[in-house]
Amino acid sequence: MSILLFAESQQGKLKKGSTELSSYGFALAKQQNTTFTIVTINCEDADQLANYGASKLINLKMETKHFEAHAYATALAEIATKEDAKIILISSSADAKYMGGILAGKLQAGYVTNVVGLPTSNDSLTVKRSVFSNKAFANTTLAGAINIIGLSNNVHEEISQDSSTTVEQQDVQTTAKCTQASLEQSEGKATIADADVVVSGGRGLKGPENWGLIEDLADVLGAATACSKPVSDMGWRPHSEHVGQTGKPVATNLYIAVGISGAIQHLAGVNASKIKVVINTDPEAPFFKAADYGIVGDAFEVLPKLTEKLKARA
Amino acid sequence: MNQPTYYELYKLLCTHNNLKIFFIFVFHLFLMKILVCISCVPDTTSKINFKENDTVFDDQGVQFVINPNDEFGLTRAIWFKEKVGASVDVLHVGQASADPTLRKALAIGADKAIRIDTPALDAFVVADQISNYLQANPYDLIIAGRESIDYNGSMVPGLVAAKCDIAFVNTCVQLEIDGSTATATREMDGGMEVLSVDLPLIIGSQKGLVEETDLRIPNMRGIMQARQKPLEVVPAVESLAKSAIQNFEKPAPKAAVKLIPADDIDQLIDLLQNEAKVL
Repeated sequence: MSILLFAESQQGKLKKGSTELSSYGFALAKQQNTTFTIVTINCEDADQLANYGASKLINLKMETKHFEAHAYATALAEIATKEDAKIILISSSADAKYMGGILAGKLQAGYVTNVVGLPTSNDSLTVKRSVFSNKAFANTTLAGAINIIGLSNNVHEEISQDSSTTVEQQDVQTTAKCTQASLEQSEGKATIADADVVVSGGRGLKGPENWGLIEDLADVLGAATACSKPVSDMGWRPHSEHVGQTGKPVATNLYIAVGISGAIQHLAGVNASKIKVVINTDPEAPFFKAADYGIVGDAFEVLPKLTEKLKARA
Repeated sequence: MNQPTYYELYKLLCTHNNLKIFFIFVFHLFLMKILVCISCVPDTTSKINFKENDTVFDDQGVQFVINPNDEFGLTRAIWFKEKVGASVDVLHVGQASADPTLRKALAIGADKAIRIDTPALDAFVVADQISNYLQANPYDLIIAGRESIDYNGSMVPGLVAAKCDIAFVNTCVQLEIDGSTATATREMDGGMEVLSVDLPLIIGSQKGLVEETDLRIPNMRGIMQARQKPLEVVPAVESLAKSAIQNFEKPAPKAAVKLIPADDIDQLIDLLQNEAKVL
């Protein structure tokens, strides 16, 4: 029995969440009284995970250069069997959620997503996960012979260990089911999924021409930009920026909502964020009840001032 | 497209009564078969409460609807039916309480509803039932929402893909089908990817596949027609759950918001930096 952890990479470089996942892996291995192995695929800087206490670090070299869910799931299922893994740890990124179901199906494994902490006991594998779009949590017991835990982001502290695991290279052969025809990826920009700060705008900004205010603030903070549902429905911003119950979930350290009233569906999507700041002209906006800090004021006056002060501070 | 689509041709020929049965038969051989898997969830505005010592979801006063992610997929399926010709069946794993939701799916344009009669204990049970149904009833395209908005498992389409060994594209925001190949756009974290893939295919549907304004509200004609359409209740195969919910918890109540005067931005920055420690 051991734990297998899949650390994701993109264009050969580890993704930001991999250190948090590795820290969780170490804590889980300690709790379950076992060891853990980190697996990467086509990763060039896997050695950056050397000091997270893993007993092994394996980089699989695959012919398919980009992420392909079927090929990745097949490779991971194979290595999990080889390493006799009983628990597999993955993240809750779009890629991980895409691949996770296929992996669980291949291994006949139990699987839970959106896990927010370590198992509550070590005799049965019971974990707390968010359900009802962050409106509640469910303590769920996994009952597979092998079980997969999909960890939410931003729920576990990053702690490195005094270890120096060396990277083993292994070749792996799998076949893909999907062929990539084209890829469009924003280079070097923070994404809603892994940004520390998200700046989000609503109808209070009055029109797409005013989005510069949101972008300027996001630039200073190195933040990703997002929007409310009406804004994406009206076509001011692309769907991919819509956060909320039917859009993307946000679990960031700091969420700044500008001109968003805070409909229950929007709040559900951003609830998992640690600190919420609301800027709105309407003191009765429901978002103020869910926020940590609030400014009742006009976004067109507050935002430029805030951006300028943060710039001066940097 | 000036040429009549299959569907238009089909409708035209079917007006001639003698030929109707023959043409229905012939055209159904060529029509793409789509199955949309539907979950029944509390309306997005629902307040979430639990009963029996927080072990059971309290459905009192809760309005149940088609899971929004499934509805985007269903609407795209009906678009295929009307524009290029396809048959659209909807499938639900669960109990009779979901029948009104299945009737709604029929009222907005699905041809047939199938309910596999078993409690949907977890995603594994649901995926086992769907996969088993697909073995005996093959489809060209299977659509399931990328996640349900109640239990947020995000697992069913991937499990079905693995069990049936078919291709899967998740978080699908665009889908075109040409003969036996599909071109599907997948939303990634911070980007889009266009994938080319052979049918049969299962997709995890979400907003973008159709717009919010494309969603349909059943009209009286649709509702009347839905009464005549088949709703098959199929017995379930044996399947074991691989997870069990012990109990639910509500998030801890939030402390009151700290209001900062609009002209004191320095105070906000100071609080974010020194109190919240997020800057």
